[in-house]
Amino acid sequence: MVKLKDALESCQEEYFLPGNSCCAGCGLEIALRWAMKALGHKTALVTPASCLNVVVGLWPKAAPNFPFTNMAFAAGAAAATGISAAFKAKNYRFPGKGWDEITTITFAGDGGTADIGIQGLSGAAERNSDQIYVCYDNEAYMNTGIQRSSSTPHGAITTTTTLGKERYKKNLPAIMAAHEIPYVATCSISEPLDLYDKFKKAKSINGCRYIHILAPCPPGWGYQSEDSIDLARLAVKTGSWILYEVENGIMKLSKKSKILLDPTKRIPLIDYLSKQKRFSKISEKDLINLQERIEKNWDQINLELKCQENYGK
Amino acid sequence: MIESQKDFVQKKETLIMKGNLAAAYAAKSARVQVISAYPITPQTTVVEKLSEFVDNGEMPGTQYIKVESEHSVFAAVIGASKAGTRTFTATAGQGIFYAHEMIHWAAGSRLPIVVSIASRGAAPPWNIWADFTDVISQRDTGWLSSFCATHQEIYDEILMSYKVCEDPDILLPKFIAYGGFILSHTSKPVILEEQHLVDKFLPPLPSEEGWPHIWIDPKRPMMFGNLIMPSGFYYEFRMKLHDAFIRAKEKIKSVAKEFEKTFGRDYGNGLIQEYKMNDAEVGVIIYGDLALQMEQAVDDLKEEGYKVGMVKLRHFRPFPSEDIVEVAKKVKLLGVIDRATAFGSQTGGPVSCEVKSALHNTQGTANILPIINGLGGREVTLDQQKNQLKMLVKLFETGEIPKDIIHGTLWDGLLEVE
Repeated sequence: MVKLKDALESCQEEYFLPGNSCCAGCGLEIALRWAMKALGHKTALVTPASCLNVVVGLWPKAAPNFPFTNMAFAAGAAAATGISAAFKAKNYRFPGKGWDEITTITFAGDGGTADIGIQGLSGAAERNSDQIYVCYDNEAYMNTGIQRSSSTPHGAITTTTTLGKERYKKNLPAIMAAHEIPYVATCSISEPLDLYDKFKKAKSINGCRYIHILAPCPPGWGYQSEDSIDLARLAVKTGSWILYEVENGIMKLSKKSKILLDPTKRIPLIDYLSKQKRFSKISEKDLINLQERIEKNWDQINLELKCQENYGK
Repeated sequence: MIESQKDFVQKKETLIMKGNLAAAYAAKSARVQVISAYPITPQTTVVEKLSEFVDNGEMPGTQYIKVESEHSVFAAVIGASKAGTRTFTATAGQGIFYAHEMIHWAAGSRLPIVVSIASRGAAPPWNIWADFTDVISQRDTGWLSSFCATHQEIYDEILMSYKVCEDPDILLPKFIAYGGFILSHTSKPVILEEQHLVDKFLPPLPSEEGWPHIWIDPKRPMMFGNLIMPSGFYYEFRMKLHDAFIRAKEKIKSVAKEFEKTFGRDYGNGLIQEYKMNDAEVGVIIYGDLALQMEQAVDDLKEEGYKVGMVKLRHFRPFPSEDIVEVAKKVKLLGVIDRATAFGSQTGGPVSCEVKSALHNTQGTANILPIINGLGGREVTLDQQKNQLKMLVKLFETGEIPKDIIHGTLWDGLLEVE
């Protein structure tokens, strides 16, 4: 992993500038800021409908200092495919001008990824469209006022699940890994160096790359804005949000999650949920159920890693 | 993929081909740089032929994105056009309806995307045959739209359209529609033009930036399409879009003139094409493939001594109101023949509505009889068209109202049901 000192030295430059209208403690802002530090200048970004459309600034203000294209809700992945194809076509017409050096990324919320955008994303992944698709996951439709999405976890209150969501969170990174794309990674805003590394690696790979970032939302989750990082960290430490990479089909746990292979290192889920108002109606039974699901999930990961190991031998 | 030749040069040749292939050859002649496509009947052979061209190395450098839906088709060509490339796709019917959101997006971004449409009826019930309701239903999206009557016209109109759309004063996307199966799947000779002549008429994009108002370039970080408050320029952008449509009328005319000078094929003034209207008392306004057969009907009736003529409507948007007024001054009665519907409008037919509105408050213009025929690919025979003309003449001479008039519109060729 990149050293903090090196990271701070090599990425002094800001791409998502102050003056944007993110809420205090916004997880999205931290995610985009660090992602862009890793990707650098030669980047073109597409964002479908999401908070990001709004927080970048109302016309004529614009906080990003890189090309930023707003796009219709279901159209992020396909539009980015078109842009990266255009760069290839331009590189053919005007060779040597660096058009082939630009990284095209889609930066979408969980609704734009797991719900309305999943068809276009799945198509782009199957085509191995040359782009990095990023989902910043705040686990609901925050831009429209905290409605449930398929990425909202079980038990969470939203404005359309007033008693807490019945169904479970859709496992998007696993769905993307099943597309057999060259690179899938999960990140948390509490681990910016890990995020930085993963974007650096993604940039060096061709084809469709998918990065899923857990990005807490103070008003949506119901906590004080200074607690964003703590909550993102608790999500990792409880083992409910697992940091890993799948590179060419091989899964690798990232440092902060790898230690949690030992169940005694995981802290109880209640420590994470109790700090958020959205889980205020969760029952004792549900809590036990969710804790069991975490353990089961880790058992499966353990199995998969062992399978990989045996296969390697 | 076969290693691309450095350049592929089309010779001038006449090939017998389906209308869909004429569209594919036009895209190749126009040197489109990015194509995105999704299969839909009756357009599929356009994108099949383009795949062949790209795979055979006949379109060097062209990127072909085969997506999973029409919504993504339009998203991809919008992205590619924004990034400054010449783009093309083909679609039809349900595909247009599905992509409707992105169709607005393309026009709002003022992108010169050209799309061929093998028009088909709207479901339900399922229908895949000629009916222009698909393209006409996109009337208010901000796309230019035109109709083709012949196979050759498909090829020619696509070349002319890029020239119109890419003009810095216009910068609008455009649909080029032709009747599904009637033109898309029948074969006729089509003249393919010499590449260097096409390049002269429609040069490949001169600069790597692309369009003057929009290009994606890290050296020039820009924000495209961000939220704008009601006090911002949203309203003014809309006005300018309409203004571009009005200016497009002159551009379409001048491009048609230049096309005729370069390639020798005449498409009237570009917006409309009159056929034997000068000594006519009664005429029809008609569009799409039925216009070609109507020329025959006019010829036949002229031989029998009827004073009839016709006007082929080439463009639906911009609507050539001024030309329609002039035409309507030449005759006493005009039948306006739609192969499309506008439910609940004053006539039920979209073009007859437009014509009536164009003539409103203009003295000395013809009376209008709205006619609808051939919906969902229902066959319209030469005899039927001759009868339409005769019926108009009779109405003009005797005032006899034809039967089958429903709410003021003649629904011609309905099945007889007890």
